Amino acid sequence: MFTYYFQLGLRSLRRNPVLTALMVVGIALGIAASMTTLTVMHLMGSDPIPWKSDKLHYVQLDNWSPDNPYNDDGSPPDQVTYRDAMALMQAGKADKQAAMFNLALPVQPDNKDVKPFQSLGRVTFADFFSMLEPPFAFGGPWNRDQDDSHARVVVLTQAINEKLFGGQNSVGKTVRMDGVDYSVVGVLGDWHLRVQYYDLSHGAFSNELDEFFMPLTTAIDLKRRSSGNNSCWKSSGDGWDAYLDSECIWMQMWVQLDSPARLAEYKSFLDNYVSEQKKLGRFPRPLNNLLPNVNEWMRNQKVVSRDVEVQTGLGFAFLAVCLVNTIGLLLAKFTRKAGEIGLRRALGASRRELFKQFLIESSVVGLSGGVLGLLLTGLGLIAVRALYQQYKTVAQLDWTMVATTVLLAVAAAVIAGLYPTWRACRVQPAAQLKI
Amino acid sequence: MEIRPILSALMRSKVSMILIGLQVALTLAIVCNSLFIIGQRLDRMNRLSGMNETDTFFFGSAGFGQGYNASATMKEDLALLRQMPGVASATVTNSVPMSNGGWSTGIQLQPKQKTSTADTTLYITDDKGLETFGVKLIAGRNFKPEEIVDQKFGDSLRPAVIIVTKALADKVFPDGDALGKQVYMDEDPPTSTIIGIVEKTQQPWVTSDSIENTTFVPAFMPYGNSTRYLVRTEPGRRDEVMKAVEQNLSESNRSRIIGKMHSIEEERRDAYAGDRAMAIILGTVIFALLAITALGIVGMASFWVAQRTKQIGTRRALGATRNDILRYFQTENFIITTLGLIVGGILAYAFSLWLMTSYQSPRLPWYYVPIGFLCLWLLGQLAVLGPALRATRVSPAIATRSV
Repeated sequence: MFTYYFQLGLRSLRRNPVLTALMVVGIALGIAASMTTLTVMHLMGSDPIPWKSDKLHYVQLDNWSPDNPYNDDGSPPDQVTYRDAMALMQAGKADKQAAMFNLALPVQPDNKDVKPFQSLGRVTFADFFSMLEPPFAFGGPWNRDQDDSHARVVVLTQAINEKLFGGQNSVGKTVRMDGVDYSVVGVLGDWHLRVQYYDLSHGAFSNELDEFFMPLTTAIDLKRRSSGNNSCWKSSGDGWDAYLDSECIWMQMWVQLDSPARLAEYKSFLDNYVSEQKKLGRFPRPLNNLLPNVNEWMRNQKVVSRDVEVQTGLGFAFLAVCLVNTIGLLLAKFTRKAGEIGLRRALGASRRELFKQFLIESSVVGLSGGVLGLLLTGLGLIAVRALYQQYKTVAQLDWTMVATTVLLAVAAAVIAGLYPTWRACRVQPAAQLKI
Repeated sequence: MEIRPILSALMRSKVSMILIGLQVALTLAIVCNSLFIIGQRLDRMNRLSGMNETDTFFFGSAGFGQGYNASATMKEDLALLRQMPGVASATVTNSVPMSNGGWSTGIQLQPKQKTSTADTTLYITDDKGLETFGVKLIAGRNFKPEEIVDQKFGDSLRPAVIIVTKALADKVFPDGDALGKQVYMDEDPPTSTIIGIVEKTQQPWVTSDSIENTTFVPAFMPYGNSTRYLVRTEPGRRDEVMKAVEQNLSESNRSRIIGKMHSIEEERRDAYAGDRAMAIILGTVIFALLAITALGIVGMASFWVAQRTKQIGTRRALGATRNDILRYFQTENFIITTLGLIVGGILAYAFSLWLMTSYQSPRLPWYYVPIGFLCLWLLGQLAVLGPALRATRVSPAIATRSV
């Protein structure tokens, strides 16, 4: 019976092509608008490291001015000072820990065909790799001893390894940066991060991705400032040592805490640390330390922007209008078929059967709308990528979204069809059969 | 025009009426708020940076290796740039408007003041700075060459003299007597004297709340081994000069990297890409929404005409003119649309309230809704015209037929 009703549905679509086209296009447009915006929002906010996002915590300490909070809502700063980061690294109280910052260095390739270029990298600690788990194509991370000995080692990303060594295994070779040779210990594989979530200080969708990684201890010897954000609430004084000792915040710090008990322990360790520092006259603000996990941190940093949220809301409001439109048109269509319904009822079809038939007919409309909507969603995402260059990693259709699109379309059409179907089934056969 | 029969006919198809009304209501609410958001974005995008945007570009230079002398290279580069054909003016600066990265600090009137009087961005530049930015000095004087100090990167900036924008001057000295006054840019003395006021120069951040609070600081200060140059060319020669600059500077010193050339127009495009995208997306949705609503009205009206063919024939047979039939459907549409618009007006303000509380957006100005009323009335009348004209062509003879 299902296939028969399905065919009837298809035939009925062909009977009033204009009305059908209106309904299908209406659903397709509504679906495309809502799914395009939902896809972008879904991928932007999706968990970048689902298997351990609740174990990775960002460290926030409130070392800000006694007179003005860092944020208007009183929440602590979004980066930490060098001296606090180093104190926490030395204490080593978390299961894993890595402080980090962004550093731009000029790269001088051995290969004379490649011109020297400026490269943006990240200086951090060995634990960075075991915490965030980037895949390695060759070699591996440096170790903690190399952190301590300020080793001149570097881990390259796939992109820069391609540029410098043609994608070959470059482990053991050297890379010259600003007149210093660093030996390559590892090369990352394809590390696709939609959002470079471990450092959101210059926007979640910055086009400037890290190209190399090196020990922070080594980089500090270069006395070069971070290329990321730096904020100070009081003068840092003159010179490099004064800067390292200052209240300026310019580093990010992540810790891994394997259980809620460890999280609680670490939180009280931080509170103790700050209380000790207060005795030295630092941390003039009330105790305000936070350890948000990956997803909390992404929400805090508004990775999903307001514009994207408003657009998604609008997309669904538009879908609602399209649905109301479809209900009206289906109602018109089914009412026209009163004669046919009367005839089928008189010939013995039960209301139940009729209900099934018309719901299937609505689903056929929904399915057609869904398929067309999918095409339009694809076009919509191409448009989003053209409009927002930086969203190319999140304006992509994945299989869950394809399935959601078609299901949403069918569900929408069936819901839209419920009332018209119910009305159609109440047709009195006698009234329709009279001449 | 008799409205009673229309009303009683409408009461017989309440659901269809409610559906069309609801569609009109949602359309009004969405269109009003979207148009308002588009308007805000366009206003933002139309703000002037204060610079000559068409003929100006900037680029970075980063030296490497032990022997590199950033300060000497900077001065050589400036000399080279300034004598190049097509270059009207060249300078160094740490940042430019709309580039979304730069320095800011607080300005105080007292030493150790707890909360700054105003925030400002700093453009660290030389005596050719104002000329190259293309900003207009409206009071006081420009920096003199001897006032440009060699500043070591990382040391506190304590400029003896500064030039500020009018917006900043008025914020710090509301009486309009900023020229010659002293301000603190650090917790402690020395103070900086305001020697000049420029009309307008934006900060690097287009989302800043105090976008016109800008200070020019006279100093040569490379960022480590990196320097940023700003070049203004003779009108219309920007692209040609860009290429020549890239080539000349790369050849002049091999132990540094000349970064990508960025025109200020390009910076504007990038800085407002999000606003432009938002305006385009909302505009598309508005267009699609109006189209869907109009088509919905066409569909429903066609259906009603078809359903009432016999009734129309009877009326015609009883003496109604074609005009009466036309006006019947037009009035009917007007009533439904109006009911929808009343609900939609309330919804529009409700949406606006939601946007205000969730996104701190401003209140929807009152006139959006009445204008929306007019537009949707017009849309409704246009949409119903086709089916209504078809209704007028129903022959009176149809009333006499039985099927």
